[in-house]
Amino acid sequence: MRRFLLAIVLLGLVGVAAYWFVTRPQVIAASELPAHKPDLENGKVMFFAGGCTSCHATPKAEDRTRLGGGMELKSPYGSFYPPNISPHPKDGIGNWTEADFVTAMVKGTSPDGRHYFPSFPYTSYQRMTLADLRDMFAFIKTLPPVEGRVRDHDVRFPFNIRFALGGWKFLHLDGARFTPDPNRPAEFNRGAYLVNGPGHCAECHSPRNLLGGIVESKRFAGGPNPEGEGTIPNITQHGLKDYSDKDILEILTTGMNPDGDNVGGSMAAVVRNTSQLPQSDRAAMAAYIKSLPPVQ
Amino acid sequence: MIRTICALAGIAIGVTAVAAQGDAIAERKKLMKQNSQHTKAISAMAKGEAPFDAKAVTAAFTQWSATAAALPKLFPDNSKSGDTRALPKIWEDKKGFDGQIAAFAKAAAARPTDVEGLKKAFPAVSKACGDCHEGYRAAAKK
Repeated sequence: MRRFLLAIVLLGLVGVAAYWFVTRPQVIAASELPAHKPDLENGKVMFFAGGCTSCHATPKAEDRTRLGGGMELKSPYGSFYPPNISPHPKDGIGNWTEADFVTAMVKGTSPDGRHYFPSFPYTSYQRMTLADLRDMFAFIKTLPPVEGRVRDHDVRFPFNIRFALGGWKFLHLDGARFTPDPNRPAEFNRGAYLVNGPGHCAECHSPRNLLGGIVESKRFAGGPNPEGEGTIPNITQHGLKDYSDKDILEILTTGMNPDGDNVGGSMAAVVRNTSQLPQSDRAAMAAYIKSLPPVQ
Repeated sequence: MIRTICALAGIAIGVTAVAAQGDAIAERKKLMKQNSQHTKAISAMAKGEAPFDAKAVTAAFTQWSATAAALPKLFPDNSKSGDTRALPKIWEDKKGFDGQIAAFAKAAAARPTDVEGLKKAFPAVSKACGDCHEGYRAAAKK
């Protein structure tokens, strides 16, 4: 009997060790980054495509490029408080290296080796190219440094166990970059990249499973509003079949939908960012969204 | 006898209150619907996708001004629940909400007389719609 119990305990320890090994925070080392001259213009486009200000801008600040963080993001797991990502050397990301930034965005790992909560949508940002990410980082470094660290997240047990996030990432982060479809025109691929990568549209516009991961077979099919009441719309052709490319483009440009109503709600923050993109990028996103096969 | 009269009076007041609440919700929804019909047409003109129609433009901005003037009275305390997307923030942050109405009124006060004027005046209206709906109106339930 004692040997049996011992065997169980040993098996358990081996299991935990294996789990730890498989799910330990991954990083991208500086040595993996080829030589690159940052393109600030591209960085600006990526910054607005990524929608960083929607979560990280200091609430109530007129200037949305003040990325002091601190806005409360309610979720079914508790409240998250996005950190200060301004280029402040002490309170923000001012003394991060490029490798730190890329690792955070693509691997969801902090510079001190901890897992980030997936409320930070690295599951989408992981699709971005290293060059685009480095340009984005260079652009963020030109923005005003903001003082002040943000309070810790207020997430309920057991969701606040960072060790468990390794398991979540193992299940939901495939680590794949975006691969363009050679059979599709450039505009489609650009739209697909912007929507699935920096735009992270699927993070709100998809239903989630019990573990909080996106139900991939129903990507873009909408779902309950993670921040509270109401529904996030289905943006596949099941939901948008009466919307033309131009209608979708109009929403991304001004927030106005074909009924003459304004999308409002959380989408208003998105439009504040997409309205800053080049028209051709918005048109590409609209074309891609219009091409999504109907999913219920 | 007295009790009957009191009961009837109570019912009458109750029904009136419910009707008044229903009226406020129905009225503001009606005005908003009219708003959007104008917005659809004017937006096309502002983008140069439809010919400039001076009468339609004046009618639109006049209706928007009328809505802005009517809105302050259309959110009585007893209209918070029911078939409405109005968020509690309207009553919790009355100052903010009043500010949104004022911004809308200011934008709607324009009376553009040509396409150039419309291109300058319409974005402010659109922005006022969006800003208020962002914080004070719930997501649609589908």
